[in-house]
Amino acid sequence: MEKHNCNGVMIFVQQTDGEIAPVSLELLGKGRELAEALGTEVTAALLGSCIQPLCGTLARYGADRIVVVDDPALETYMTEPYTRAMAEVVRRYTPDILLCGATALGRDLAPRLSARLHTGLTADCTGLEIDPETRNLMMTRPAFGGNIMATIACPDHRPQMATVRPGVMRRADPAEGARPPVEIVRVEGLAESRNVDILEIVKTISSKKDIQDARVLVAGGRGMGGPENFAVLEELADVLGGTVASSRAGVDAGWVGKDRQVGQTGKTVRPDLYIACGISGAIQHLAGMEDSEIIVAINTDPSAPIFEAADYGVVGDALKIVPQLTESIRNARAKKAEV
Amino acid sequence: MKIIVCVKQVPDTTEVRLDPVTGTLLREGIPSIINPDDKAGLEAALRLKDRYEAHVTVLTMGPPQADLALREALAMGADAAILLTDRAFGGADTWATSSTLASALSALEYDLIITGRQAIDGDTAQVGPQIAEHLGIPNISYAEELRIEGNTVVVRRQYEDRSHILRAEMPCLVTALSELNEPRYMTPRGIFEAFRDRTVKILTRADLAIDDGNIGLKGSPTRVMKSFTKAVRGKGTVVELDARDAAGWITERLQEKFVL
Repeated sequence: MEKHNCNGVMIFVQQTDGEIAPVSLELLGKGRELAEALGTEVTAALLGSCIQPLCGTLARYGADRIVVVDDPALETYMTEPYTRAMAEVVRRYTPDILLCGATALGRDLAPRLSARLHTGLTADCTGLEIDPETRNLMMTRPAFGGNIMATIACPDHRPQMATVRPGVMRRADPAEGARPPVEIVRVEGLAESRNVDILEIVKTISSKKDIQDARVLVAGGRGMGGPENFAVLEELADVLGGTVASSRAGVDAGWVGKDRQVGQTGKTVRPDLYIACGISGAIQHLAGMEDSEIIVAINTDPSAPIFEAADYGVVGDALKIVPQLTESIRNARAKKAEV
Repeated sequence: MKIIVCVKQVPDTTEVRLDPVTGTLLREGIPSIINPDDKAGLEAALRLKDRYEAHVTVLTMGPPQADLALREALAMGADAAILLTDRAFGGADTWATSSTLASALSALEYDLIITGRQAIDGDTAQVGPQIAEHLGIPNISYAEELRIEGNTVVVRRQYEDRSHILRAEMPCLVTALSELNEPRYMTPRGIFEAFRDRTVKILTRADLAIDDGNIGLKGSPTRVMKSFTKAVRGKGTVVELDARDAAGWITERLQEKFVL
């Protein structure tokens, strides 16, 4: 698309079963910042079937305009109907910037769409800002497992597309009373464009709270020695009202589920408190948790890199210290309750 | 059935080190491997070969040294190998890489194309779906199971909290997760043949019917503006105490910060 004809920031809103993915609200927050820097507006593109009730949420989180493609063929995500619908929305609205969550869905849709639109796409961004001189989007992302950061631009093609890691950007404080215009877009031939059949949908979600939503995370690594020892982490997490996470070592060893994994190949988290137990702190792990408000690390190896990132470090055996810590916090809580 | 597996030769990033002064990647002495997701894709293809006598071709784009990755694939059991190599392909981002690979693929016969989900050096997961788009065929990403039924491929497609069991008619493209399988080892006989007798077909710029504007740096919409290493956050306090005192110390620190 011609660069000079394009303007505005568009967010692809990911919804599944009528629930908006948290990353989409985070992107509305970031989109708002970028739009302000450019003196333009944020458009939310909402695709699905019977999804108009979600417009209120998008309004509260910062959309200036909502574009809706409501079609039975979009009820469940499939690559081709979604790509077709988004390509049409982009052609009609000609955004300067198009952002999408770097989820298992977004990482399928965005590349297919970028190839169709003949534009660049930067994957898994952790930083987005406007270059004041060129007014281009500067997209920063980790590479080589988080060892290197690269800032990438898409100078001549539009829209400038990026997928953004969930949990990295902050959603805006919800604003009541906003009434952005809602525009319905009809796209022809969506049902006919389906070229893959869904035979079955198998839900694999664990009953535990998503680690990206937790205020407190107690994370275990190789130093926990085995799955049975994660029980002491559960107890500490319970006392703190938090949840249990893991480094890649714990997931690769099969001690905990993949949905618990923090790091470059897992999830990015930024809780108020992160307690790393028996985690050495490889760069790929640090990349996923270093923005936590307070980091406590317990590890037997005084030279473990996790201590470089921790606010409070204890050299020692997590298996011995964690139960004591649970007890100590429980007592401190009880004392506070008395006062 | 004809299967083409796209693979990438990557540095083994678990062993990547940075130059402490310049912050650049020290590539020297780092072993190169077949990207893990791609290797799972290759294994999936070889299992289809074992079962249905499928013909398996491996295709890579890269420098001449990528020959080694292809020979490893041959030694594992692939039937043919093609190396796309030319200075003109250098500096390509995912758009130009996928258009170059698609150009080579469009001149070949295939029922199924398998790529890895993503490469461990770039982690973009873009090239597979982009190849499918350039070729105008369906793609299914993130395959954790794959089987053939008649003229269709049935894939268990992974999402964060669910899986979709999907069916697509061939020709189509599937991107493989490492979880798909445990790749086989090269056999001694396979190694011997792959490195002594077998040929890797070389394709260069001149062999492709593609515009200069769709390859290499020139065909890449994106530009790397800078790369840098991330600053580590400020180091805090580290103590060494016995378990009970350590627990008490952490509790006090958290109380100071009003976390408790």
